[in-house]
Amino acid sequence: MNNFQYVRAADLSGAAQFASSRDGVSFIAGGTNLVDLMKYSVVHPTALVDLNRLSLHEITDRPEGGVRIGALVTNSNLAYHPVISARYPMLSRAILAGASPQLRNKATTGGNLLQRTRCVYFYDPAVPCNKREPGTGCPAKEGANRILAILGTSVQCIATHPSDMCVAMAALSAIVQVTGPSGDRSVPLADFHRLPGEHPEIDTVLSKGEIITAVDLPATGFAGNSAYVKVRDRQSYAFALISVAAGLEIVDGFITHAGVALGGVAHKPWRSAELEQRLLVGKPANRNTWHDFQTALLDGAQGFGENDFKLKLAPVTLVRALEQAAHEGETI
Amino acid sequence: MNTHLIGTDVNRIDGPAKVSGAAKYAGEFFAPDMLYAYVVSASVTHGEIKSINIDKAMKVPGAVKVFTHKNRPHLPWFDRTYLDEDAPIDGSPLRPLYDARVHHNGQPIALAVAETFEAARYMATLVSIEYKALTHQTDMAIAIHEAEKVKKTNRAGIEAPPKLRGNSAEAYAAAAIKLDKEYHSPTEFHNPMELFTTTVVYNSDETLTIYDKTQSVSNSQLYVTNIFGYSKDEVRVESPFVGGAFGSALRPQHQLFLATLAAKVLKRSVRLTLTRDQMFTLCHRPETLQEIRLGADTDGTLQAIHTETFQVTSRYENYFEVIANWSGLSYRCDNVTMEESTVAMDTVTPGDMRAPGAAQGVWAIETAMDELAVATGRDPIELRLQNYADKDQNHDKKYSSKELKECYRQGAELFDWTRRKSKPRSNRRGSTLIGHGMAGGVWESPQMPAAAKASLSPDGTLTVASGTSDIGTGTYTAMAILAGETLGLPLDRIIVKLGDTELPVAPLEGGSWTISSVGTAVTEACKAVSKKVLKLAAGLDNSPLKGASLKEVEFSEERILLRSDRSRFVSLQAALAAGDGKPIVEKAKSGPSLLKQHGYKSFTHSAVFAEVEVDEDFGTVSVCRIVSAIAGGRIINHEAARSQIIGGIVWGIGMALQEEAVTDHQLGRIMNHNFAEYHTPVNADVHDIEVIFVPEVDDIVNPIGAKGLGEIGLVGVAAAIGNAIYNATGVRVRKLPITLDKLI
Ligand SMILES: Cc1cc2nc3c(=O)[nH]c(=O)nc-3n(C[C@H](O)[C@H](O)[C@H](O)COP(=O)(O)OP(=O)(O)OC[C@H]3O[C@@H](n4cnc5c(N)ncnc54)[C@H](O)[C@@H]3O)c2cc1C
Ligand code: SF4
Repeated sequence: MNNFQYVRAADLSGAAQFASSRDGVSFIAGGTNLVDLMKYSVVHPTALVDLNRLSLHEITDRPEGGVRIGALVTNSNLAYHPVISARYPMLSRAILAGASPQLRNKATTGGNLLQRTRCVYFYDPAVPCNKREPGTGCPAKEGANRILAILGTSVQCIATHPSDMCVAMAALSAIVQVTGPSGDRSVPLADFHRLPGEHPEIDTVLSKGEIITAVDLPATGFAGNSAYVKVRDRQSYAFALISVAAGLEIVDGFITHAGVALGGVAHKPWRSAELEQRLLVGKPANRNTWHDFQTALLDGAQGFGENDFKLKLAPVTLVRALEQAAHEGETI
Repeated sequence: MNTHLIGTDVNRIDGPAKVSGAAKYAGEFFAPDMLYAYVVSASVTHGEIKSINIDKAMKVPGAVKVFTHKNRPHLPWFDRTYLDEDAPIDGSPLRPLYDARVHHNGQPIALAVAETFEAARYMATLVSIEYKALTHQTDMAIAIHEAEKVKKTNRAGIEAPPKLRGNSAEAYAAAAIKLDKEYHSPTEFHNPMELFTTTVVYNSDETLTIYDKTQSVSNSQLYVTNIFGYSKDEVRVESPFVGGAFGSALRPQHQLFLATLAAKVLKRSVRLTLTRDQMFTLCHRPETLQEIRLGADTDGTLQAIHTETFQVTSRYENYFEVIANWSGLSYRCDNVTMEESTVAMDTVTPGDMRAPGAAQGVWAIETAMDELAVATGRDPIELRLQNYADKDQNHDKKYSSKELKECYRQGAELFDWTRRKSKPRSNRRGSTLIGHGMAGGVWESPQMPAAAKASLSPDGTLTVASGTSDIGTGTYTAMAILAGETLGLPLDRIIVKLGDTELPVAPLEGGSWTISSVGTAVTEACKAVSKKVLKLAAGLDNSPLKGASLKEVEFSEERILLRSDRSRFVSLQAALAAGDGKPIVEKAKSGPSLLKQHGYKSFTHSAVFAEVEVDEDFGTVSVCRIVSAIAGGRIINHEAARSQIIGGIVWGIGMALQEEAVTDHQLGRIMNHNFAEYHTPVNADVHDIEVIFVPEVDDIVNPIGAKGLGEIGLVGVAAAIGNAIYNATGVRVRKLPITLDKLI
């Protein structure tokens, strides 16, 4: 780990200014990902700007019926917040399915959005990796890719975004609030993470010096019919091999509104509003519908050897989550 | 106060020190002016260092030195000098920094030393190295065809497969039921919680006090003195507490070598701690491939066993462990062939890991026996009873004791084995398939030569000491219990010392032999003290013990009582008051009694029962319940014994479902080298565990009748779980770990 400067952000604009005016500055929130990456010598920030004293710790109601989650709200506080667990249960479940209590107590909403892939090559500076060092190659494609992507991959990189929280937020159509040197902007979560393409080193659409201030959830939280299903290699403390966040609104057995996202399959939470409109909305909430939707959503999925099993696992996980969401609250 | 604690639940006497932080581990000893070191590990798998540049590293503030093969001090050339008590006899131990050659990925190739840990760590990232890479092989599936396979040779304490019995090929050909399968187990790493650390204190008289994470202080001392030309007087090794080791600290690891080298050259105290990632560059359980052929009658009576076992070793040492032998040991069969070879690849040398060889070997044969039960339609327990061996089949010797039948019986009863449905996939709840399986376990229980000292001071406090180590198994407490039992002292009157080369020499802390070896030596030393005490007591005026022999008295609750009339006694205090005011000191050396043990073999046994739930769609497995019935001789500390078995079972869950070092064969490098990606069970993976110790009396195994329980808890668990998974799903997985992709 290199020597670095440490500064504590007093206000948002100062922090954004500081970070945009020099090279190699990193924000730090919970530090649960960043500090590991520094110790592994994967990243070498010249300065850390500590955001923790900024007042971004609140969860507040929005006039249009949704809620705003401050970027520094910890994963634990978010998951156990009464409004979130009552109105957005899939988000609570997704967060609690991730990491460990200790990590969730430190991890923040903003940091979770920006956590890096868990591709083992990325974490090991002794080996090539296009995401860590562009142009060096991607050994994962023919190597240890058990946990890596089957959708939206590129020749350069097949990494996944590992977050559970973001999968639920994607299904909930969350909006990321950002501030930076050139002002404030709102980015739909669906557009926040990018696919690797030719530039796997860039994870998101954030630009230099931009700070996440909050994540907004719309009024619809699918509280009646939602599920988060995570399949992993052990029963806790493991990243998702496949995860699905599914939210449905059902009237008289027919779906009126849906939000479904997949985790563990791509460089971003995988969601298609277009397919939801076409294959879920207006359709009966039954296995035939799940089947058609699942087939379409996974169209083009490709395995790389070790992760071939995901091609089998993804459809059954989707179906299970949709089934669970559709039947939530029913006694079997 | 109760002084008869054998077999009861005794809290660890070192527990308060451990939970309060007073117990000091190797990385917690300080010396003024201490330097910190950090290892630079090779990033190629096979090759040579073309150039190594340390200029940038040396510019880091606080930098002291970067040791490389170019600037290292003179080191012995002769590779025997680098041997240790546990080294394979064939081959040359790794000589860190000796030359430019890289034998395995992660090999230590430089050592950064600085005034602070942080500076040393940063320096290590700035050392730039150019390699000439040579071709490598780390894929056993390929190496097994390419590499020269070496038949097993001797390794101290380890047997080659016994000679074949009968004619397994003919018997197999003629058998009504034939089974021919391959079983594959992966590389696993010990990963004790405590990282490998050595603190070398450079004393003012230029002698060294070394705090090492080790399972044998005398082995560390031997290694260091041989290589660095010190006499034993000049190097004291201490290791009072060890945060788990599981065999990884039997051989000196490279941090001991490197820290000592740095201290010697720099004439300063040095601490070197490996990182968790670097723990994956050390010894490990070798990958194995086992081909097993079983021939049997239609009722399951075994007619032929043929096992051919391949295990990976490094190219520089021919390490091996006993894998094949377990298949021929425990079941009656007249036609047995067992073959064992090593396959050399470009990896670090493997090493003993909890139940080395048996973990894999027993897994394979106990899985094969389950397959035989399926093929013959027999109940798995009945099949085992049908082939039950009352004699060690490999050596044709009697067992000193073997209460395995009782393990089957008591285990089955507690588990309620009758609930099991023999037809796979016939027990389900929604998409959850439920399965029950069982397997047997076996591990050896040898006794090794050991020495101990007991010193009873005039105030009635006893100090017992032996140079053994307590790797978390409860050795401190067991020594105190045995001493207390022998001398009638409560635990709070007993001080236990271990892990120090100044103390009487004990064997490596491994092989489940510590209780039988060190326990016996402690007992003998205390007996010798008791003799002297009796003499003092009997010499008192009007002593009721006049003329009594040791056999006729009992030491209990700080008194010496006449067995024939317990109302007649002398208090310990009174006896000691008659002494010369000096402590009574006795040393004892003990070892196996050839006379008593002649014609016998000793083993611990277990019957393990598992209940699993498998999600049919996802292939995820939950081990809901394990019952393990153990025949382990006399139990010294029931609480610690139970903990050992539970720990072994948790290991077994990991072995069955999770543990696997994933190597990228193009790079030759293990890639999941951290706890996030190298999975071991977490709490959520561990459900009900019940342990039974069946009564087992054994006065042949050693004088105290205890067999040692460090390894048996693990053996058989993976097979029981795999067999339960088969019962649930109808899928037989012969390649560990049984991850969900293998079940969907
Ligand atoms: C062993 C382990 C297991 C885990 N398991 C899981 C799991 O199963 N599921 C899961 O979802 N996650 C898991 N995690 C990941 C965990 O959720 C993330 O590490 C955590 O959410 C990151 O949050 P943080 O606040 O600590 O981020 P930090 O480490 O502080 O920061 C991460 C990144 O975000 C940037 N950043 C932080 N806040 C802001 C902001 N407001 N604006 C702009 N940039 C910002 C930082 O500069 C940095 O680049 C695991 C982590 C570990 C170590
Ligand atoms: S998948 Fe992406 S992160 Fe992984 S090695 Fe390839 S480029 Fe690097």
